[in-house]
Amino acid sequence: MPAQYQQHGQEMDPRHSNRLTVRQRFYLVEILVGLRLTGVRFFSNMWKHTQRMFGVKGVRGAVTIEYPEERRPYSPRLRSLHRLVRREDGSPRCVACMMCETVCPAHCIYIVASEHPNPEIEKVPERFDIDLGKCVFCGFCVEACPEDAIRMDTGILEFSSFSRFGMIYDKQTLLALDPAKPDGSPASPVPIPADRRI
Amino acid sequence: MNPAELMAGLPGDLIINAIPVAFIMFVVLNFGGLLTWVERKQSAIMQDRIGANRASIFGIRILGLLHPLADAIKMLTKEDFMPARADKLMFVLAPFVSVFFALAAFASIPFGDTLHLFGRDVTLQAVTLNVGILYVLGMLSLGVYGLMMAGWASANNYALLGGQRAAALMISAEIAIGASIMGVVMVYGSLDLQDIARGQGQPLLPKIFGNWIPAWGILTQPLAFFLFLTAGIAATKRIPFDMPEGESEIIGYFVEYSGMKFGMFAMADFLETVVIAGMTTALFLGGWQVPYLHASGFVFPWGGTVALPHLMVVGLQVGSFLLKVVVLIWLLMLIRWTLPRFRYDQAMRLGWLGLFPLAILNIVVTSLVLLAVGR
Repeated sequence: MPAQYQQHGQEMDPRHSNRLTVRQRFYLVEILVGLRLTGVRFFSNMWKHTQRMFGVKGVRGAVTIEYPEERRPYSPRLRSLHRLVRREDGSPRCVACMMCETVCPAHCIYIVASEHPNPEIEKVPERFDIDLGKCVFCGFCVEACPEDAIRMDTGILEFSSFSRFGMIYDKQTLLALDPAKPDGSPASPVPIPADRRI
Repeated sequence: MNPAELMAGLPGDLIINAIPVAFIMFVVLNFGGLLTWVERKQSAIMQDRIGANRASIFGIRILGLLHPLADAIKMLTKEDFMPARADKLMFVLAPFVSVFFALAAFASIPFGDTLHLFGRDVTLQAVTLNVGILYVLGMLSLGVYGLMMAGWASANNYALLGGQRAAALMISAEIAIGASIMGVVMVYGSLDLQDIARGQGQPLLPKIFGNWIPAWGILTQPLAFFLFLTAGIAATKRIPFDMPEGESEIIGYFVEYSGMKFGMFAMADFLETVVIAGMTTALFLGGWQVPYLHASGFVFPWGGTVALPHLMVVGLQVGSFLLKVVVLIWLLMLIRWTLPRFRYDQAMRLGWLGLFPLAILNIVVTSLVLLAVGR
């Protein structure tokens, strides 16, 4: 309890006192206590690093995850880059019902429908663009889809481009993507944005 | 002209005297550069991290040792900005002054006993001075002019205040440094750092302990050791005494500096760390002394002797000095990454009401003890 809230006659826990004890005031002892803490930590971590360098398994001197090489495992519920689910013949399962475009709170989906050659299937998207610069990754499109034609399970998070135009992903790009591996890491390469400079 | 004649004349003098100078320059400059790596890696290991390890040449990383190189390239190629209303000469001069005095301070610190080479005696010390301590103190004090110049010439009030804080801190630290060294000077009876280092090879209180314990400064002057180390850390202007700089919030004297000029200020801090470590070694940790090692080899107090060739003895001494310096630098880094920053008034109070009176007390007690015991 901070000192200003102390009730009259109540014993105060010295750890919460604003006043320093004599030992703390002397400072040198507290410095040595602190140096022992960091020094012990230094040598214990150094020993672990040395063990690791000589190939001892399961010993880590640091908690760092070295990102591009190692990844934290993603949750299976992670909403990552969208993909369009394919039929067996490779055409999109999407029937251009406009449900996702309607539900999208960010208005980032743009669909142009056209006639499907198969009379049992009503329509097919002529264009299916997602502007990922606008997308808020709410997942409403996935929930709204009656055909299970759009999913957000690619595990791809590192898409970027040099311009806003480059963030618009078209039907072909989204169709080419595969679902993530069981450990959550992406199975497809990151799509190349339209404005990529090499 | 044969080599022996050549070594006897003036060219020989130059070559022989260049050895310690080159060694000092090589060691101190490399330590200064490596300390950026040590700082990153040691703090990382203390904090369960890995530390900078990405700089690579053709995929070779060698534990992040290339980062100092990458830093240098980055700083040299950055825009060298100068404020429009800055004092041009002073602004450019300030970082050079800062680095120069930090480098020059190491000159009179001995890193070995006399080396016999080609029939000459070389004192392993860049400059043999009989007032070596005063020289090092003077160089450390002059270093603060760089900071004040930087603060004033930047035409920036924050920088000016930072420069003033630097000056105030330096004065309060150096009073304590000077006063704490006085005890050491009285015990060993010399202002020459080489003499002090030699004095620390003598046995401590031979009537009681025999030849067992060498009279290192940390044993004869333990209080002075703590005072000197504390004031020395303050003189390096690093955390916990970094209120002249305070990059993250209070803004220091080098706000307006960029590129390599900024790098030189950072470099000066590291060089001063090396100088303080070297001074502490020379004054309190026996300098280049190895326990029981004499000019002819090891003479152990239990009666054994191991004769060693001269060059090996000198090598052991230089190695011992460097080892002590490295350990001290490690300790200074540990302190820097453990303690929080002092407030301005706290640092002033520590300097003037803590360290200085204690140093005076140390002088009084030391003189009384010396009167009673004799040297």
